[in-house]
Amino acid sequence: MTTYDFIESNKRKTAVLMVVFLALVVTLGWFIDQYYQTGGAITVIAGGYAVVSALTSYYAGDKMALLTSGAIPITEADNPYLYRMVENLCISTGTPMPKVHVINDQAINAFATGRDPKHASIAVTVGALQKLQNEELEGVLAHELSHIRNYDIRLMTVVIVLIGMISVISNIVFRSAFFGGGRRRGRGSDGLAIIGLVLIIFAPIVASLIKLAVSRRREYLADASGVLITRYPDGLANALRKIQAEHLPMARASEATAHLYIASPFSGNSIMNLFSTHPPIESRIAALEKMAGPSL
Amino acid sequence: MTTVSLIFTLVGIAIVVLIVWIIAVFNGLITLRNRTQEAWSDIDVQLKRRYDLIPNLVETVKGYARHEAGTFEKVTLARAAAMNAQGAAARAEAENALSQTLKSLFALAENYPDLKASQNFLQLQDDLKDAEDKIQAARRFYNANVRDFNTKIEVFPNNLIASNLNFKKYEFFEAAEAERQAVQVKF
Repeated sequence: MTTYDFIESNKRKTAVLMVVFLALVVTLGWFIDQYYQTGGAITVIAGGYAVVSALTSYYAGDKMALLTSGAIPITEADNPYLYRMVENLCISTGTPMPKVHVINDQAINAFATGRDPKHASIAVTVGALQKLQNEELEGVLAHELSHIRNYDIRLMTVVIVLIGMISVISNIVFRSAFFGGGRRRGRGSDGLAIIGLVLIIFAPIVASLIKLAVSRRREYLADASGVLITRYPDGLANALRKIQAEHLPMARASEATAHLYIASPFSGNSIMNLFSTHPPIESRIAALEKMAGPSL
Repeated sequence: MTTVSLIFTLVGIAIVVLIVWIIAVFNGLITLRNRTQEAWSDIDVQLKRRYDLIPNLVETVKGYARHEAGTFEKVTLARAAAMNAQGAAARAEAENALSQTLKSLFALAENYPDLKASQNFLQLQDDLKDAEDKIQAARRFYNANVRDFNTKIEVFPNNLIASNLNFKKYEFFEAAEAERQAVQVKF
């Protein structure tokens, strides 16, 4: 597969994800309609809700991600060192300049978000700016730029919002099934069974959607294409080593945005690793070392 | 169907396939050529940034080192030559000459502590460094596009059409000879 295939596949997956989401929510609305005999009202509301969420995720997902992480936009005057580095990487790859943000956090981390290269943002932690050498930071930024160029950002950003919306719905359904007793019309147990069933179907689908979207291979790919930009695998490898060594969780890490970051924003070393959205750092470093060739 | 009409059909299909293929290759080449030209104008943008910085820099240095007129003139002449150079190879050569004169300008600044300490000079030095980094970045992008384009017109069977349709190889924007040499450390 070439880069162009990855871009196509990312765009396709985003579209599929949105359609599946719409279908799921409308179907759920229809189920509830059937149960309460509300004559299609809930289906319409659910449809509207789904369309609004899908549009929000596409057009405002990046703003939500930046807000959640506490990223502050900067200009060239605020931090010429970082801004110019991003600018140079963009020029050498012919990518439009993304908005640059800084996260006030001591952990070394960074992420990219947006819906396409023309509407993209890169966010870097203060820790990364302070603790990484020139070429290490450049490696990290090139990795993030690759996410932008591959349209990983579109898929990953849409995932955040849609997964969030699904959990809101599941929550509502769950509550009304158990605590909304008064409104039930007689055949309560049947209805509960249906909704329970829907929820049971829901959960694994949501899980597999996440897996589909945030496959760990994406990180290896961004590592590799980032190195193609800088031509210096050791830069990124050393940055990853520093991240590994410091083992610092981010203050505002959230499950929803975790998969955006270059390295997991949680401290790791727990059962979370099993379900981690990121491949183990050691294997990423090993892959980068192979690119650098045998040491002399 | 007779044998004759069968042959005609087959030849017809072959011609259609050939035409479709030629159109596809031609359009691909045009896309790549436009990208390369765009990349070239990106270099232009970055080079212009540097040209704009130079008069300012010369003025600043003049303020502290008035009697080094020879160096200033060299810089100004090299700048004008670079701005008027045509074609990638000539342009690259003129740019490299300009970089050399700028180096001698900065070397000269070493002799003037007041100049070296001047905030304005430091700022200009920083901006010039950035401009040069950006020229290098733009050059890499241009060269990557040239490589893709040249490869595309040289591989078989594209080369058969490319030469007939008058597609020519682009020149790389080369780095200066001096930049390419390894740094030698002497004690």
